[in-house]
Amino acid sequence: MSVQINVTGEVVTAYLGGELDHHTAKEMREAIDSAVELNMPTLLILDFKDVTFMDSSGIGLVMGRYRNLLKTGAELHIMGAPPQIYKMLKLAGIERLAKLESR
Amino acid sequence: MQITNKFTLTLPARSSNESFARACISAFATQLDPTIEEISDIKTAVSEAVTNCIVHAYKEQVLGKIYITAFLQDNNSIKIKIRDKGCGIANIEQAMEPLYTSVGGERAGLGFAVMESFMDSVKVSSVVGKGTTITMTKKISPRISVNG
Repeated sequence: MSVQINVTGEVVTAYLGGELDHHTAKEMREAIDSAVELNMPTLLILDFKDVTFMDSSGIGLVMGRYRNLLKTGAELHIMGAPPQIYKMLKLAGIERLAKLESR
Repeated sequence: MQITNKFTLTLPARSSNESFARACISAFATQLDPTIEEISDIKTAVSEAVTNCIVHAYKEQVLGKIYITAFLQDNNSIKIKIRDKGCGIANIEQAMEPLYTSVGGERAGLGFAVMESFMDSVKVSSVVGKGTTITMTKKISPRISVNG
């Protein structure tokens, strides 16, 4: 599990890597939330390109970040989702909350 | 239907064992020659069921045990039983509703929806105060040989 944060102007990009499950979600969530709190972006991009596994804990992570961003009106984009993760995000209807792009 | 192979695994309900449990089952399931997508479906469903044991059955407080049994069957299917001795589910129908969660917060309430979507069948039996058993099956599609 890894999270790398990149800040460019008003955009925060979180590059997620490794396995995203209930065990690893907490650490990822904390890293993303502290970057958002510090930088107050207008756009948060979650990049799933290097995520090798994700269960519904990942959906919880996306939904939770979406709820937090509602408070400031910032947008959420999801990029680079590998096929299996894209399938999971579609199952949860995430495209109704965020712009969703597969790898 | 004949059982051709079987393994059992008992694990403490620690979140660090979520990845271990799904890795074990996926290694076992490779004997059926599944596609990457089929393996990923099985791993995801197992991860949901094991996480439910930790988060719901034992409420992340009691270090209970998770009992996993997997069977390979001669119709090229895998059957997986995941059992806990936790609090049990009072209303199974409600628990299986997509987006329903009893704990809120960062849980999406999609665990059962994912299991049902990624496996061919999911059965839940539960007794309040005794525990829950999830039984899931998935048939692995036969591969067509390139040599005919």
